[in-house]
Amino acid sequence: MTETISLELTRKDFVSDQTVRWCPGCGDYSILAQMQKVLPELGIPKEKIVFISGIGCSSRFPYYMNTYGIHSIHGRAPTLASGLAAANPDLNIWVVTGDGDAMSIGGNHLIHAMRRNVDLKILLFNNRIYGLTKGQYSPTSRKGKKTKSSPMGSIEQPLNPLTLALSAEATFVARAMDTDTVHLGEVLRAAAAHEGTSFVEIYQDCVIFNPNEWAGIDDRRTRPDHVIYLEHDKPLIFGKNNDKGVRLNGFKPEVVELGGEFSEKDLIVHDETSQELAYILAHMEHPNYPPPMGVIRQVRKPTYTEELMGQVRMAQERKGVGDLQKLYHAADVWTV
Amino acid sequence: MSVPTDHFEELESVVIRFAGDSGDGMQLTGTQFTTASAVFGNDISTLPDYPAEIRAPAGTLAGVSGFQVNLSQHDILTPGDAPFMLVAMNPAALKVSLPDLEIGGIIIVNTDAFTPANLKKADYAANPLEDGSLKGYEVHEVPLTSLTREALKGLTTLTTKEKDRCQNFFALGLAFWIFDRRLETSESWIEHKFAQKPEIAQANKIALEMGFFFGETTEVFRRRFHIRPASLPSGTYRNVTGNEATALGLVTAAQKMGKPLFYGSYPITPASDILHALAPLRNFDVRTFQAEDEIAAMGSVIGAAFGGALAVTGTSGPGLALKSEAMNLAIMLELPMVIIDVQRGGPSTGMPTKTEQGDLLQVLYGRNGESPIPVLAPQGPADCFDIAYEACRLAVRAMTPVVILSEGYLANSSEPWHIPNPDDIAPIEVRHPEGRSDSNGDAPFFPYLRDEETLARPWAIPGTPGLEHRIGGLSKAPITGNVSQDPRHHEQMIHLRAEKVARLADAFPEQEVFGPAEGDLLVLTWGGTFGAVRTAVTRAQSKGYDVAHAHLRILNPFPRNLGSILRNYKRILVPELNSGQLAFVLRGTFGLDNIMPYPNLHARPFKIGEVYQKLQELFSGE
Repeated sequence: MTETISLELTRKDFVSDQTVRWCPGCGDYSILAQMQKVLPELGIPKEKIVFISGIGCSSRFPYYMNTYGIHSIHGRAPTLASGLAAANPDLNIWVVTGDGDAMSIGGNHLIHAMRRNVDLKILLFNNRIYGLTKGQYSPTSRKGKKTKSSPMGSIEQPLNPLTLALSAEATFVARAMDTDTVHLGEVLRAAAAHEGTSFVEIYQDCVIFNPNEWAGIDDRRTRPDHVIYLEHDKPLIFGKNNDKGVRLNGFKPEVVELGGEFSEKDLIVHDETSQELAYILAHMEHPNYPPPMGVIRQVRKPTYTEELMGQVRMAQERKGVGDLQKLYHAADVWTV
Repeated sequence: MSVPTDHFEELESVVIRFAGDSGDGMQLTGTQFTTASAVFGNDISTLPDYPAEIRAPAGTLAGVSGFQVNLSQHDILTPGDAPFMLVAMNPAALKVSLPDLEIGGIIIVNTDAFTPANLKKADYAANPLEDGSLKGYEVHEVPLTSLTREALKGLTTLTTKEKDRCQNFFALGLAFWIFDRRLETSESWIEHKFAQKPEIAQANKIALEMGFFFGETTEVFRRRFHIRPASLPSGTYRNVTGNEATALGLVTAAQKMGKPLFYGSYPITPASDILHALAPLRNFDVRTFQAEDEIAAMGSVIGAAFGGALAVTGTSGPGLALKSEAMNLAIMLELPMVIIDVQRGGPSTGMPTKTEQGDLLQVLYGRNGESPIPVLAPQGPADCFDIAYEACRLAVRAMTPVVILSEGYLANSSEPWHIPNPDDIAPIEVRHPEGRSDSNGDAPFFPYLRDEETLARPWAIPGTPGLEHRIGGLSKAPITGNVSQDPRHHEQMIHLRAEKVARLADAFPEQEVFGPAEGDLLVLTWGGTFGAVRTAVTRAQSKGYDVAHAHLRILNPFPRNLGSILRNYKRILVPELNSGQLAFVLRGTFGLDNIMPYPNLHARPFKIGEVYQKLQELFSGE
């Protein structure tokens, strides 16, 4: 997978014969387009790529990709993907899920796939609403969110996908936005290159049921002043004119103007390997902070299938490749 | 000592129960006695019975752990109705087991444990050893604890507690003397088990020997018994529990398919031992996956099946309830996999350590929509091997999930297994469509194009060029598998899935009948009731009753000839460890009104005697 082969694949190779049926203006179109743009560049044979999804608007994704795929059941995509990875460790497996699918009904599976470090690329399309079931609040909806199922406002505290992923020891945690297509492509490439669980939160716009969720940060013109793009080993600078940064004030991050009291050397320098910094970054939410975009954490640890197949090899070296005759007789036997 | 002398009474069969506190090591004692008897050549059948609690309060009735073994010079099919000898390590064990004991049977009690406190814990108002309540039994009072301590007094490095833990081996040695068993197998087991703790090994060996010598030197035991080796078919044997045999069958099937075995499971009694048996077999490319829950286990198995492995999960009833949504996904995806339900007492969490056959309707009908799934049921512990292999074969043949309905009784009980030569076991044919070079061309791959004979769809696995395809749980069009809400497509696919399951009857032997091919009464069974019913029917036949027995190993689809068999008898009796689930299905399937349910809701296996009595009643009522 690290070796890039020229396969002469193009975007067209990844477009299935199915008509894409999302609402006009849905953010999913942009993510699909970026995926179909990025995959041919990866040097991975198309037949080794599998998309697995659960239920929801985003989970229609596999139908539109001309790869292997399973559209499964609510919340369970990580379980199918884990079994697939264990059965067939050579595959390049993507899990496409939404905030309801992954964090509500599938919350348990999500954390366990990540803690096992199964070699999966999990894309969580977060629009903070239930779209397919027509507009109920989701586990990521802000407190007070008024929907059909919360007419007086949601009284539940939202989950933060990134801190959840960090708590579950995900070895790659990143964030991107549907409307920021170039950056989204970069994050998808980085996720694809990572060995182990890649978890990517993608801010996604549901134009029908939650159209203003990302207002303030999704507009291309004003975005640079409201989000921060992370780069490993680089200070946390943002703003159209690179005039703002984030420093640590005690344990709390603080947005500062550069040029006056603070300069670049006062700022946090991004370190992808730091679990501690990752938590700080993951907690920086709009509108109090510029939400970070890009790779928040990336560390290399043995993957689930590396460990599993390592045990298979070790057992075969120690005991020899399994022999049924020996197995049947590995007990007190007697002959009549 | 193995040569029978005049001092031995010859027995054809004997049933022995070891019973004690759940900390007394009774399962181990029973297993050791079983192994020694099996190696000696007796036919054996065992029934472990232990509490659901890991350690119920010591000495109480709730904490009694028992292990029953039936050994015989004949072919036996059950662990026996009534123990001839009971080894009771404390008053609670005596109280729980006494009602089952054969009249005039032998009781060995550990008198050291018959203290006022223990008697009180067992709800005894008076000491049964003194109040005459054991009149009619041959009672031997042995101070097992103090004798064991005395035997081990030379081992100064051990604590009294450690010494007391050896008293089960003292009891075992005594049982070995009474029943003329050899000590060697248990001695080598002890050496192997406690290889890292030589002083513990030594203590247990001394206790075992001293128990044996105690029998020999004490005048108390006047009777010794001998059971000749059984005349089993020639070959090599070992003792297997149902769960062990299931694991062996799965590994065999995987090897015979040339596939890795993926076993995704979540621990649950009484299915966990399958996971325990498979986990050490990594050198067979067994990939066990301990999932976070039952749903994940089922999901992982679907993924593994899609990936081309032999995919299996095992659970028990409450776990199967959680799996049902994903089982339906597997049915829609049409992927081969095996789902094992080791049934236990229900509903809900019910009786985790007790047996039942209460999940038949659950596996046949417990899912949304039209959801036919093949169901196989083993008839004895060793048969779990064959059923596991068969289930894998059928799953691949029809590209469908297949359920094995095992039972707690079969899972934990053991019997001799005639070890097959693996080379004689047929390979399981697996076909994967080959890759295509025109992967970017115009000819799409059809994932739901069916084999004309079996109606199976192709098992195209990711990684194969040119066969890229998407499958899912939504209704789909035939052949292309594309999502379709067309009512005709929906109906057609339902028929196709049902028909391919029905056609599995072609790949399974026709139903056989034991006894007359037509007549008055047919007893029809499935699962672990086989042994008790077959033995009772045999006895009834020898008394001249017009009765036959048919035992089903495949419950969906039914064998092709089942309907015609059923119509050959005036009456059909269906004994089941449930309230009549198979009887209900048979009535509905074949429209018969002469089917008599014979339910047993005691969460324990049928006894031969009670089935025989039922048969007697049916014939005397004429």
